This record gives sequence, structure tokens and C-alpha cells, in this order.
Amino acid sequence: MTVAKDNGKIDKIIEKYPSEPGSLIQVLLEIQRENRWLPKEALEKVSKKLKVPLNRIQHIVTFYKAFSLVPKGRHEVHVCTGTACHVRGAPRLLDSVQDLIGISPGETDQDLKFSLDTVSCVGCCALGPVMVVDGEYHGKMAPAKSEEVLKNYD
Amino acid sequence: MPRINSPAELEEFRKDIISKRDPNKPCIAICTGTGCLALGAANVVTALKEEIKKQGLETKVDVETKVDVRETGCPGFCERGPLLVIYPEEICYLQVEPGDAEEIISETIVAKKVIDRLLYAAPGTDNDEKIVRESEIPFYKHQMRNLIGNNIKIDPKNIDDYLAVGGYSALVKALCQETPEQVVEMVKNSGLRGRGGAGFSAGMKWEFARKSPEKTKYVIVNADEGDPGAFMDRALLEGNPHSVLEGLTIGAFAIGSHEGYIYVRQEYPLAVENVGIAIEQAEAQGFLGKNILGSGFDFTIEVHQGAGAFVCGEETALLMSLEGKPGEPRPRPPYPAVKGLWGKPTNINNVETWANVPLIINNGADFLSSIGTESSKGTKIFSLVGKVNNTGLVEVPMGITLRDIIYEVGGGVPGGKKFKAVQTGGPSGGCIPEEHLDIGVDFDQLAKVGAIMGSGGMIVMDEDTCMVDVAKYFLKFLAGESCGKCSPCREGIRQMHKILNNVSEGKGREGDIELLEELCEATRNASLCALGGTAPNPVLNTIRYFRDEYEAHIKEKRCPAYVCKELIAYYIDPDKCTACMICSRKCPAEAIVGAKKQIHVIDQEKCTNCGTCFEVCPSRFSAVTRLSGEPVPPPIPEEERTIVRKSEKK
Repeated sequence: MTVAKDNGKIDKIIEKYPSEPGSLIQVLLEIQRENRWLPKEALEKVSKKLKVPLNRIQHIVTFYKAFSLVPKGRHEVHVCTGTACHVRGAPRLLDSVQDLIGISPGETDQDLKFSLDTVSCVGCCALGPVMVVDGEYHGKMAPAKSEEVLKNYD
Repeated sequence: MPRINSPAELEEFRKDIISKRDPNKPCIAICTGTGCLALGAANVVTALKEEIKKQGLETKVDVETKVDVRETGCPGFCERGPLLVIYPEEICYLQVEPGDAEEIISETIVAKKVIDRLLYAAPGTDNDEKIVRESEIPFYKHQMRNLIGNNIKIDPKNIDDYLAVGGYSALVKALCQETPEQVVEMVKNSGLRGRGGAGFSAGMKWEFARKSPEKTKYVIVNADEGDPGAFMDRALLEGNPHSVLEGLTIGAFAIGSHEGYIYVRQEYPLAVENVGIAIEQAEAQGFLGKNILGSGFDFTIEVHQGAGAFVCGEETALLMSLEGKPGEPRPRPPYPAVKGLWGKPTNINNVETWANVPLIINNGADFLSSIGTESSKGTKIFSLVGKVNNTGLVEVPMGITLRDIIYEVGGGVPGGKKFKAVQTGGPSGGCIPEEHLDIGVDFDQLAKVGAIMGSGGMIVMDEDTCMVDVAKYFLKFLAGESCGKCSPCREGIRQMHKILNNVSEGKGREGDIELLEELCEATRNASLCALGGTAPNPVLNTIRYFRDEYEAHIKEKRCPAYVCKELIAYYIDPDKCTACMICSRKCPAEAIVGAKKQIHVIDQEKCTNCGTCFEVCPSRFSAVTRLSGEPVPPPIPEEERTIVRKSEKK
């Protein structure tokens, strides 16, 4: 993905919203969703267009969990640690996923294959413990089962 | 989609929709809520549609055999998804797979025969007693589904479905037959209390905002459902978005607001999508926008997505976030009804509260006030999850006992395990033990036993749940979600979490319980908002009911539920091990030494206490045991490990 291409996409998103500080979080969310992380250039553009100082944008993007200031891996793994999953063994699932892909929650591996995060409830409690990979739900995950799921991604 | 300009036009339009629908025509309503989708409902829908096409039932002019497939929101029985209901017979099929599609169409739709295998059977029975009709399944039978009951009847992406079940008639009544004051009065008289947690009277809140002389006012739907284990608001927004829009519009009319917001978590993409579609459709048909239904009332709604911060469920934090700022709460008063969004009077209610409004307007205040207890009226949707047989969403009248919810609706604890506690109210709530299961569930009764109603999460815990671990879990969550603005919350939670961590790792000291209690007191009294103010609840509550577990951790270095990893060990009983090798193959740490005909031994140095061996050891052997608070017996000497089978002895 070249920078020029990114810029076009990001400009388009910024254009969609009213140029006012109230749009800030919505604009950032959409850039995050499209681009999967927030490069500094994008934040500068947003700052200029919405007339919000860059330090406030920094405050926002570090306050809310949905934003990432570093590139995410090709596959985003979310282990649900909601209460229902917790009592059904999510901590053990998380341990085994960490061992398997070698990173802790909030991290991305060096070859940008996986990013790992925890999420506090995806609302599929009947399926707990749940692991979500790239938006696809994998339910009733025993630690041993997670290996089978994860090896299907490259 | 025609724009509807008057109540008369709406009734014409509604009649037209209903007349085109033959109630005898077969219709397959299949849940495509997030839970069922996760279980593969999308593939079932595709398979059903293909099968209908294949069997030529799609193009038949003859209405009797033309089949509709309706993709609906969540009816609640997530445990047995993907699920579908076939009308007009109301046949309920559970755990349907794409491979069942052919049979469903040819057997049930065409030949009118019920497929036994897909029906509900009570867990544990030998499948003799099957139940055909949805409403007779015990899970549904004990509920009162005023709000969620329409979900299976409605395709949330199709406004016609909502109109067909009487949608927007409450809006007509409010706008055209009542004054705003009358609407406020009705909601007040109904006794409706906020469903988001605090349980404040909705009518009173409306009245405060109504009385403000300011011209610009806002109404907001709080759909930042952040409590882990709660998803009823999502089910309503996903499954019946128009009911929320209708309630919000009525509220706006009553208060005198012309702009509304729906603040919804970005973690709920389907809810965001469905509510967006619903707003578009409502605008196109004139239920939103200028001069709604010819009444002269204008109202617009905007969707605003939350960016992942639990604290934004707190109303002042939510307002900050709506303004594009970090979601940090501010002190109240002034309350949002006086100074809210952009400094203007604002009324914020939770999704479920808004969804109750059309019911009250349509059926009168008495309708709601006749259900429930003295102090809590109407029904409440709970998400019943955790160690319970029927996981799902349940809507019950206030006042029903916890025991009825867990055992009659929920079908009890699975696997013959012993019930330990039910956790209500999310991270601000508490764990209620067996001795209090017979209290009637309402705002005040739950508070009396040290828990709260909260938004309605209900997590069942069995004997395998460690209460110290539960407290630690919630405090860890809250430590991560504290916005950090005020130090009692930021530091108090962190210190409590630290102590709980020590206790769970066997580093607890005499006096830790008292220290925790002291910290709880300070955090509760000095925190700025409800997040910090209620954060001590999980700790105080578990100490209150399960002090013995805390003491076992501190004094005996023992975790009675075998959860706290640092305090347990796994051990293979040499007398029971048959050297089947299942555990040694599954062990992720390769910590099990053993071979064919060699009794297996766990290398305690390598063991990570993940518990896989305990789980996979066949129950007929049960050779893997858990130990806590006692030393692990030394491994048997290598020369004694060979197993000589009985048959070989001869």
C-alpha cells in the first residue's frame, strides 16, 4: 500500500463528515476501519481539516481502545475475555493463543501476520469461550482447538 | 417507499401491507442475530433459499406454496442456534445446519411433516419428549416477552414488518392525540425506571428536561452496552430498531427536542448497520424528518459510534465523547437535563428504556404498572450466561425469583455441577449466593443483597468458579477502563487489584481482607463518577458471601475451586492411569512423560497448569487430579511405571 493511495482514501473519508470538532471520533473510526491503523500523516490531515490541535487528537487516539497508532497484522485475533467467557475458561484460551503466536494482547508480531487483542464481550456468550479472527467467530474454544483454527491463516 | 403524511395515510398503508400477507402462507423465520450468525446461520439461510429455488417453490403463483424466508433478529435462545420458526404452525427447529435445508423444505413445508430430530428436547432426557411449538419450550414458556417477542416476527431491515405488527401507532397516538405534558405524565405514571443501571424514573427525567426553558434540547439513546456478558440492548437494536426509534421520537416530542443521537458501540457492527437502515427507511416514509405524520413536529436522529471505552456508558462521559472529546466524566450536578450535550438540556435513556415507551403509549400507563413489583414495573431483559444450560436472552416480569430465572428458564447448571453464585449488574454489581436465590428480582431487592440490576447481565457461576478470581477479574477490567481523571478511582482500583493478585498467587497476608475493605470504602466515597463509586462492589460482595474462599487463599494457600494457577497442581494418579497417551499428546507444554504401557507422569517443572490433561483424561479413568494447598506426591520411580494388563498376567 503506497502512501499516495492511502492519502486519497483518507481524504475521501475526511470529506464525508462536517468539518467540525464533533466529527473527530467518527472520522478517526472510519480511517481506522479502512486503513487498519492511524498513520501520523492521516492525523495531521484530520487536525487541519477539523481544526482540532494535534495534541488533542493524540489524547483521543490513546484514550479509546479502537484506535491503533501502529500497523496491525494481516489477521486480527480477538480473544473474548467477557465474564461469561472468563468463567468458561477464557484465561486458559488466551494463554495458549499467546504461546502459539508468540505475542501478548495489544501486540503485533514482527512479520505482521497476527495482531492479538482481548475484547470484553462480543455478546456470543452461548459460544464461550470465543475467539474472533478477522471478524469470524470461533466458539467453544478449548486451548487445543485454537491451534487448529490459527494454523489456517497465513 | 411512499412518504406518509397523516395518521389516516399510515393506517391505509398498514392495511395494505397486512392484506398482502396471507397468514396461512408458509414463512421460515430464521435468526440472523450476531449469536446465530456466529454459529453459521448465514449458511443455513443460503441453503434454504437454494432449496426453495430448486424445488420450484419460489415462483409459484399459488400463495399456499410460495415460501418466504425472513431473516430476523435474536429471539433469545442462543444456546440452541442457529434456530428457525416456521409459520403459520410455529414449528421451532433448533441447531439447524445447512444440510437440513432440503428436508425442511420437502418434509415440513411441502409435506407438512415435523422433523423430530430438529425439535427441542429437554437436556438430559432421552429425547422422548419433543416440543414442537416455540412458545411451549420451557425456555420461552416462563418468560413475558413484551419487548423481545417481536424480534422473530420482524426482518429488521424491512420497515413493513414493523408496521405489520402495529409499529408507529404509538407515535401517531402521541403526536396527534396527546400533548407533550400528557406523554410525560403517562411515562411517569407507568413507573418505568431506567434500564441502564441506576434505575432512575424515566418520566421524572423527562419532566426535568421538558421544564427547561432552553430552546435547543437533545435526546440520546445510550447503546454503549459495555458490561461484559450483557447483550440485550444489542439484540433490540439489531432485531427491532424501529421500536427504539419510535420510543426516542415520542420522547423527543414530550421533551421538546428536535435532534436525537444514538450512541452505539463500534463493537456491534450489525446493530450499527441495522439502525442506520432503519433511520433511512423511517426518514423516507416520514416517521422522521420534517412535519412527522402531518403533526408539525420535526425530529432527526444521528448515529454516533463509540470508540471502545467502557466509561462512555456513564452519561457525562458519553456526552464528552459525542462532542468528539475523550470520554472523561464530569461531576454532577449540573445534570444533563440541565446542562448536557453542547451545554444544552439533554435526556439520555438506555435502549431498553426507549423500547418500552411505545408499549406504554399504546397500552396506557397501567399496562406497565400492572406488571412487576411495588417499586419496579414492567419486564426486564436479562442475558443469562455462564454456567447455565440455556444461555440466551430472557425477558421476565420484575419480581420473578432468581431461582425461577436460573432453573425454570435457564434449565439449571450443566454437567451436574453445584451452583455457587449468580453475578448481576456487570463490573459494578455483585455475586448473589444460593441462600438469596429466592428474592424477587427488582431494583431494590438486588441492592439489598449487595448486587445491582445494572443493565441486566446475569452470569451463573458453579463450583468451578473461584470468587477471588472473579473479584480480580472485574477489578482488572475496571483498572483498564478507569479514565484516570480522578485519583481515588485510578489508584484505588489499581491497589485493590494488586492485593487481589497477591491473594490469588498465594502471596496474600493476614490483614489483606481488612485492607481491601478499607480501600473499597475510600474508593467508593471519593470517586468522581459511578465507575469508581461502584468499582468496590465485586470485592465487597465476594468478601461478604465468600470470605472463607479468601481465607483459604491467604491462610492455606489453597484455591478451593482449583482456578488460581499459582495455587494448584495437576497430578496423575498412578493407580488409575492406563497409559492411553491422550493427555501426553494433548499437553501443549509437552510436560507429560509417558509412553505406551508406561504410567504417565507430569513434569511439574514444565507444567503450565493449563488443565488440558484434566479435561481430556477420559472420565472412565479420571486419572488426572487437581491438588491445591497440599504437596504434589513424588513421581513413581521409572522402574515401576510399566503397566501389566490383567489379560497379560495370566
